[in-house]
Amino acid sequence: MTFESLVFYFFSAVLLWSAAMVVTIRNPVKAALFLVLAFVSAASLWMLVEAEFLAIVLVLVYVGAVMVLFLFVVMMIDVNLAELRQGFGDYLPLGGLVAVLMVVEMAIAVGPAQFGLHKVPIPAALGSHYSNTRALGELLYTVYVYPFEVAAVILLVAIIAAIALTMRRRPDTKYQNPAQQVNVQARDRLRIIKMPTEHKS
Amino acid sequence: MGSLGTLWVSFPAWSQILLWDLLKIVAIVVPLMLSVAYLTFAERKVISYMQVRVGPNRVGPRGWLQPIADALKLLLKEIIVPTGANKILFVLAPVLAIMPALVAWAVVPFTPSLVLANVNAGLLFVLAVTSMGVYGVVIAGWASNSKYAFLGSLRSAAQIVAYEIAMGFALVGVLMAAGTLNLRKITLAQSGGFWHWLFLPLFPLFIVYFISGVAETNRLPFDVAEGESEIVAGFHVEYSGMTFALFFLAEYANMILLSALTTVLFLGGWLSPFDFAPFTWVPPFVWFLLKVSTVLFLYLWLRATFPRYRYDQIMRLGWKVLIPVTLVWIGVMGVVIFFTPWAFLFYR
Repeated sequence: MTFESLVFYFFSAVLLWSAAMVVTIRNPVKAALFLVLAFVSAASLWMLVEAEFLAIVLVLVYVGAVMVLFLFVVMMIDVNLAELRQGFGDYLPLGGLVAVLMVVEMAIAVGPAQFGLHKVPIPAALGSHYSNTRALGELLYTVYVYPFEVAAVILLVAIIAAIALTMRRRPDTKYQNPAQQVNVQARDRLRIIKMPTEHKS
Repeated sequence: MGSLGTLWVSFPAWSQILLWDLLKIVAIVVPLMLSVAYLTFAERKVISYMQVRVGPNRVGPRGWLQPIADALKLLLKEIIVPTGANKILFVLAPVLAIMPALVAWAVVPFTPSLVLANVNAGLLFVLAVTSMGVYGVVIAGWASNSKYAFLGSLRSAAQIVAYEIAMGFALVGVLMAAGTLNLRKITLAQSGGFWHWLFLPLFPLFIVYFISGVAETNRLPFDVAEGESEIVAGFHVEYSGMTFALFFLAEYANMILLSALTTVLFLGGWLSPFDFAPFTWVPPFVWFLLKVSTVLFLYLWLRATFPRYRYDQIMRLGWKVLIPVTLVWIGVMGVVIFFTPWAFLFYR
């Protein structure tokens, strides 16, 4: 066994274990943390196939930003574990059916027929001067520039929609106007009264 | 010496590489930890002089052994785990806080040849690793089972995520100017006197980067995550002894890291400010240390000067001031580089 395959099996094992823990563990905060571990392991696997840009961006975007906000929300939810366990049996047949369907679909879509070694050969090892980032950038902004821009516009629409959904103007909300706060003068707030000194009688 | 040489050769090749790399890592981490210890001392001294006090001067000659005494005290103190706390995560949190602050040093170039890993995507690596630092704070706040700690970690999470965006955009400007992600090449792109350093053409981004750096490290005036006058000590209120010391070390190691990155990205790294005789005699590493110390002094100065920001002001500054400034400057750079004859101002 070479060193690479040792690393591969180690990170794959961690990835599968943490992914399984995400769905089986009851505490939502711990589940989110296991998801973080799964992302980091996946990034390490990508690093192994010399996709360093994708690997680092996965950590940067998902671990560094998305999961932090996710934790932020999950930590504030008060979960009642006993309530969660209720109705497990009722949902089991339907849930099991969906799970089996998803496994079958995934096996068809990303099975060895599509992603086997004969379809996707092992990438040739490139020299240390080869920049994955540059290659990806050149491809994204030349060959795939329209799909890339369309994806960007779709994301923008999603951002605007999310902001529009959460923007509720309530008439009784008090806003602070920073411009007014900065422009305030001492004489607006403070009144100095001059009065003669009083002597002890 | 001869017998040592034969002993070395008798090791298998992979273990030689491993041992050699371990040795290099120790050679970076040990001086780093020492500088963290003495940075705390420098901070206390600098702030005391700014406040017309003397500062620590009792332990050792002129107080020089004060950080050692502090470290010993923290080592010997008991670690108290609060009731209802999640024990594993409670202990894991300080480790998660200090880990990124140490890992990122792997790609920081100290001199043209002195760098642990000269990787192509160095800048991205630093960004990704430092973005993981927030987990220490968030997990610490949640695992302590304390309201104050929880509030502190929520504040910190929102603040760090907001300022990371501004920081990332500031680095986009550096990428556009240097044309590479490799930190060593970014420094080399700035060679030829201080007027070639990137902080001049990217001045707004430099300022944004510095301010976001202060916010990322939870330093004053952005230290609402600790906010001792509001939420006791924020996310690390339940920590004591060595677990607290790790948070403390992480904050200061992050400060040094961000100063080193500011130096490498905007202030020409190890390069001397002038390309002629008396300045080129100074070794590159000394220039690097001098620049890092200058930026660190700015951090200490800020702490002594400014009061704490209000929380909504922090959010407003991050989202409505810093991010638009970076976006505008990136736009200006793009237009100038591609459509005007003054591209030489930005692109090297």
